[in-house]
Amino acid sequence: MTGLYILILSPLVGFLINGLLGKKLPKAVSGALSSVAILVPFFIALNFFLGFNSGTQVKIDQDVYQWISIGEFNIGFGLLLDQLSSLWLIIITGIGFLIHLYSVSYMHDDEAFSKFFAYLNLFVFFMLVLVLGNNLLITFIGWEGVGLCSYLLIGFWYKNGAYNDAANKAFIMNRIGDLGFLIGIFMIMFYFKTLHFGALKEALGSVHVSHGLIIAITMCLFIGVTGKSAQLPLYTWLPDAMAGPTPVSALIHAATMVTAGIYLISRTDFLFLQAPETMTVIAVIGAATALFAATIGVLQNDIKKVLAYSTVSQLGLMFLALGVGAFSTGVFHVLTHAFFKACLFLGAGSVIHALHGEQDIRNMGGLQKNMPITFLTFLISSIAIAGVPPFSGFFSKDEILAAVFEHNKVLWAVASLASLLTAFYMFRLVFLTFYGNFRGTEDQKHHLHESPWQITVPLTVLALFAAIAGVMGLPEIVSHHHWLKSFLSPVLTPNPHAGHAIGNSEEWMLIGIATTLALGAISYAFVKYISKKELPAAEGTLTGFSNLVYQKYKIDELYSFIIVQPLQRLSVTAYSLFDKVIVDGGVEGVAIAVMSIGKRVRTIQTGNIGYYLLMMVLGIASILAYVFLK
Amino acid sequence: MSLLLNILQVVPMQYYLMVSAALFSIGVLGVLFRRNAITIFMCVEIMLNSINLLLVAFSTYHNDSNGQVFVFFVMAVAAAEVAVGLAILVTIFRNIRSVDIDDLKALKN
Amino acid sequence: MSLVEICFWALSFVTLVCALMTVLSKNPIFSAIYLLICFASIAGHYLLLNAQFLFIVHIIVYSGAIMVLFLTTLMLMNLNEETEKHKPAIARIGAVVAACILGLVLVSAISKTALVLPQNSGAVDIGAIKVLGKILLNEYFYPFEFISILLLTAMVGAVLLTKKEHKITIK
Repeated sequence: MTGLYILILSPLVGFLINGLLGKKLPKAVSGALSSVAILVPFFIALNFFLGFNSGTQVKIDQDVYQWISIGEFNIGFGLLLDQLSSLWLIIITGIGFLIHLYSVSYMHDDEAFSKFFAYLNLFVFFMLVLVLGNNLLITFIGWEGVGLCSYLLIGFWYKNGAYNDAANKAFIMNRIGDLGFLIGIFMIMFYFKTLHFGALKEALGSVHVSHGLIIAITMCLFIGVTGKSAQLPLYTWLPDAMAGPTPVSALIHAATMVTAGIYLISRTDFLFLQAPETMTVIAVIGAATALFAATIGVLQNDIKKVLAYSTVSQLGLMFLALGVGAFSTGVFHVLTHAFFKACLFLGAGSVIHALHGEQDIRNMGGLQKNMPITFLTFLISSIAIAGVPPFSGFFSKDEILAAVFEHNKVLWAVASLASLLTAFYMFRLVFLTFYGNFRGTEDQKHHLHESPWQITVPLTVLALFAAIAGVMGLPEIVSHHHWLKSFLSPVLTPNPHAGHAIGNSEEWMLIGIATTLALGAISYAFVKYISKKELPAAEGTLTGFSNLVYQKYKIDELYSFIIVQPLQRLSVTAYSLFDKVIVDGGVEGVAIAVMSIGKRVRTIQTGNIGYYLLMMVLGIASILAYVFLK
Repeated sequence: MSLLLNILQVVPMQYYLMVSAALFSIGVLGVLFRRNAITIFMCVEIMLNSINLLLVAFSTYHNDSNGQVFVFFVMAVAAAEVAVGLAILVTIFRNIRSVDIDDLKALKN
Repeated sequence: MSLVEICFWALSFVTLVCALMTVLSKNPIFSAIYLLICFASIAGHYLLLNAQFLFIVHIIVYSGAIMVLFLTTLMLMNLNEETEKHKPAIARIGAVVAACILGLVLVSAISKTALVLPQNSGAVDIGAIKVLGKILLNEYFYPFEFISILLLTAMVGAVLLTKKEHKITIK
């Protein structure tokens, strides 16, 4: 338990020191301090993790103190450590530490250096609260906390108006989802009289509630999840969130925070399994998001935007896995995705750093000569995300596809198409960025350099894991022991709806198809961008459907048209009619009435003592008359 | 003694009440009627005396001397009040050459 | 009609008339003189009610001290009929009406109220100096002492107020 306290409080201490004293500390101290504040929890988390793996560590589920107590209803401020949360702890603190290390170099020239690390530490703290909470309310605290940090970090360069808008967008979009989450929590509180995960699981068996209610609760929770994990229809904030510094994109908007939704659903899987209808919705939305975001990603030219849409797409795949009841598979993809997507973002950051802020891939090219480590790690991660064996992404994606295949062939086709597009746009990115000739300015070319060790070390470590993390879940045809599944089996509820496993021949067929598709897409990208040396079209030359895709299906405009503008018109109407006329009119009317009455009444106050005395006598007479003569 | 018993028999308490009420009303009239602050002061004294008279009458009819003690105190306070009040009036007169209350409008503006 | 009754009516008449004359006289000096007579008749009332101690105190305090103060002040200011101004007619009518209303209210309130009076045996001469003196210096000892301090304070205050240096500026 002490270890758990240190683990959770260490980032908070880092935040407080950096936040309160940051300006007085030298940059090196500030950066080192916050990195250590994450490194210590990492070792503790690693210890827990190894303990769980060898079976020596037991599950911790303990209330630190009684938080809210109303009659029979109690909410403790409690922590829950089990296999599922320990996995997330490893990701959060491990990748978190690497990204801290990376940021020391990346943010070195920023004037608000210590503020950045304070926010980053605060984020890690809230993420730990989210993952370690033993009831939904604690999770919600973390949920909101990471939302806040996300907002702060997206708008970190607050002097840029567009970045502020992006931060607001992220925050507001998340609010919409959070409302759903909150309603879900209230409903659970009302009907089950508990928010504790374990108690809730028991209550679900004993308390009799209608099936419709379970669907309503799970749908509300899922609405919350779509906000945080950037699924249709609330995904638009994530691509805009790339306004933040690149390490933030890597940590928050790729590896950890956006996977909170998957964590929540895995944590409350017993609830979701009671509502197959919701699961279907999750699967469909996941598949739709995966394909939708992948198509947008194909035509984006901003290196970070491509990665952002790729993240949305991959998250869609994870939800697809959850939707078909393959919870451990979803978690598996979270893990592999965390490694290769963090690596990709950090690699992109390294490139952007070398090019002094250039993000358009049309102005890059040929960087492999100058930045070998960045190139190599980026390439490995791209292969991983594209799903080429034996890199990690292949295994997790294959598992998802297999699970979907036995569930629904249409969804499988959609997911396969999304993977195909993923492979294509990732290699489009790689080829345009690192191959060919440099297309930037002479000045940029002159300054091209490999990044310092604080950047390359995290890249290397992450690329290593991106390559080998697949061993966590080797498919049955290769190995009979699926480590992750057995590791998570004490936590996750077995899916009662799961069909029998697909046969070996079908499995081989699926692997074959997936690999062929990925390699085919890569080859096509190679032909298109290396052999033919094509470049993405310049601004405004695209027509028809591709233009629509390039403009991200005009979803932002659509939202603006159907939601923002009517709201704005409503506000304007309310302002000019209700506020100006009725409220202001009422309030000012009272004021005007009082003033005009005062103006007349003032003449009564003549200042003449005789007059006052007269009135006093009349007053006394009337009081006497009232008292004695009534 | 005989005189006292006599008055208790022949003059009802109501008469004293009426005389006091009338005297008090006259005092009020004076306060409202006059402009001279000193005359107003005199009228205030009339009002005080009407109450004193009533207290003494009640005291006698109730055969209770506390009422008379009270009148004694009222007189003492009245004396103090007149002394201070007149001192104030003298000061005012010294400044504005008048004790007309209609001239004393410093409260306004 | 007994002698006591005659005395009561005569005294009451004098009291009310003199009070009214105090109000109505144009000359403040006359007002003061009428007030003096008014006080004297009230003193007569006290005597009639067998309040000998108060009779004496009243004569000393009112007819003596207070009246002297009034007259001295009036003479000091040299106020007379010429300087005396009446209020505007409307104010005077208002004053009369207000006073009448108050009087009517008081009278009607009194006549509506049923008095509860114990049968007075007249055994103790409550108005006697000896009786009152004992009460004052036993039950009312502390108020009695405080009154003396109050009077002292008033004296000091009056002196302080009338000193030349303390010029109160009134616009």
